Amino acid sequence: MSRRNLYGLMAEFDSPEEVLEAATRTREAGYRRVDAFTPIPVEGLADAIGFHWTALPVITFIGGFLGGCLGFFMCWYANVISFPLDIGGKPLNSWPAWIPITFELTILGGAIATVVGMLALNGLPNPYHPVFNVDRFELSTTDKFFLCIKSRDKNFDLGRTKTFLEELKPHGVFEVED
Amino acid sequence: MDGPDPILGPGQTLSSVTEKISSIVLGRGNTTPGWIFGAFISFCLLMLLNTVITLLAIKGVGIWGINIPVAWGFAITNFVWWIGIGHAGTLISAFLLLLHQKWRTSINRFAEAMTIFAVMCAGMFPLLHMGRPWLFYYLMPYPNPMWLWPQFRSPLVWDVFAVSTYFTVSLLFWFVGLIPDLATLRDRATGKIKKIIYGIFSMGWRGSATHWARYEFASILLAGLATPLVVSVHTVVSFDFTIAIVPGWHSTIFPPYFVAGAIYSGFAMVLTLAIPLRKYYHLQNMVTDRHIDIMAKVMLATGIIVAYSYVMEMFMAFYSANPFERAQFVERMTGQYAVVFWTLITFNLVIPQLLWWQKVRRHQMTVFLISLIVNIGMWLERFVIIVVSLHHEYEPSKWYMFFPTRWDWATFAGTIGMFFLLFYLFIRFLPMISIVEMRTLVHETSETGSHAGLYPVPPEA
Repeated sequence: MSRRNLYGLMAEFDSPEEVLEAATRTREAGYRRVDAFTPIPVEGLADAIGFHWTALPVITFIGGFLGGCLGFFMCWYANVISFPLDIGGKPLNSWPAWIPITFELTILGGAIATVVGMLALNGLPNPYHPVFNVDRFELSTTDKFFLCIKSRDKNFDLGRTKTFLEELKPHGVFEVED
Repeated sequence: MDGPDPILGPGQTLSSVTEKISSIVLGRGNTTPGWIFGAFISFCLLMLLNTVITLLAIKGVGIWGINIPVAWGFAITNFVWWIGIGHAGTLISAFLLLLHQKWRTSINRFAEAMTIFAVMCAGMFPLLHMGRPWLFYYLMPYPNPMWLWPQFRSPLVWDVFAVSTYFTVSLLFWFVGLIPDLATLRDRATGKIKKIIYGIFSMGWRGSATHWARYEFASILLAGLATPLVVSVHTVVSFDFTIAIVPGWHSTIFPPYFVAGAIYSGFAMVLTLAIPLRKYYHLQNMVTDRHIDIMAKVMLATGIIVAYSYVMEMFMAFYSANPFERAQFVERMTGQYAVVFWTLITFNLVIPQLLWWQKVRRHQMTVFLISLIVNIGMWLERFVIIVVSLHHEYEPSKWYMFFPTRWDWATFAGTIGMFFLLFYLFIRFLPMISIVEMRTLVHETSETGSHAGLYPVPPEA
């Protein structure tokens, strides 16, 4: 038993319902450092492993807001400060004409912030991760569902956690090497 | 009428859809003679485009048939046509996602690919039409020793921002959708090189529940951003015309009319691509007759909006009592380009009315032919708007005919080749149907026990 090199214990399930049930019971049993790996998004699974809130919409809003400000400011600065042209006494700050560019840059800023924010919060790109050391983990992108209790968890004990996971009637339980 | 036809064939499981779609990409012997033949023809057309661009760089835009007053000619006609085609992809991937239309699942991936490739083709034309495409960066606000800015009050500059934003957002949306599928390919690929390449692009995706939660949130946010964007893009394209005072262009109906026309031609192109694809790759279980039926209905509906716009445009020309506007429309109907106009009316308004009959919508070959006819019809519409309006402006001294040269046709054919070559490469190297969304659909339909595919699938009880 080499706990230093152990990332956690992983159980394999056949359906989203089973893994959801298992995740809920794992959480109830007091485990906190838990993750689940599934081929499809499973509704409620993130909640079940204790993930309730993401900053993503805030990031999107900030990105969109900054993009819009940049768009409007650029048009205003170019036509009012940097290169003002008096055309028949028409107002320099003709703001309705700035709206299309402001709008487009709002969307652009929001979209880039969303994608970059999503990847950054997820810690991607991430070329190496211990879970890939499990051979059967390849099936997590086809039709198998995995639940992993990490060895960093306070309640983690190789023997007891293994027994606990086996009680959940998985397809199999694997040790994940770090 | 609805009901018996499912949006998903019977007997599908998570692994069967994964296997089916990924084997098209990963399986050996999938570079079939048909694929090679089609890709080769497209490649030849792309080389033709290269030739045109070289000649254009040497001689200038004079190789095309453009003149004053018809300075926009084929280039802008093709630009508007291509960018319109792109709109259906975004509509399917973003708008229908927000509306929980489950039938979009199996068609959204290649519709999005179509969007990206069509926008790439569209982007070629304004750049080439500038005559000096290597100075493209003049369009962007960048610090320059001339102390000049782009004219931010001009719709042509708005277009630069709209189209480049549209391309960037479509590409991001497409890539985000691809990440879990690339992970599937990474895990299923047998060759080392394939594993590494798909591995790099999947960025280490491991399907963690927290990742999925953020991922799904991001998809919804992107869909929410892309939906107003797609409407704005063709609106801005229509501003290119309607803000000018050319008779036949200066009309407030243009923005909604252009957006409807874009969706119309876009769905026609999706059908043009979907019908051969599902037949050739045996995907009838995923892209079912029901999909073709629904898309034909969308095409019919947008076609009717387009028809209404034609009628209103015509009515306003006469009702406004503006002699120039009126002369423009009389010229369209009876003038030198009358054949083009009446072909357009036949192709866009008359023939698609066949789609009212279910029998027609269920007959694949007929739908395919109608989709081709609509594609041509929409191209003719842009030709009529651009060339016919310009050739008959205010003063008779400015009336002048436009005749395309062989290089006009070559440029157009070249971008078609580019589009199809990109599409051929796409279906060979990337999953043309979203594997993850198909798996989700399989799970949901098996859960509710309804393979009948009543859409949207009722929320889980």
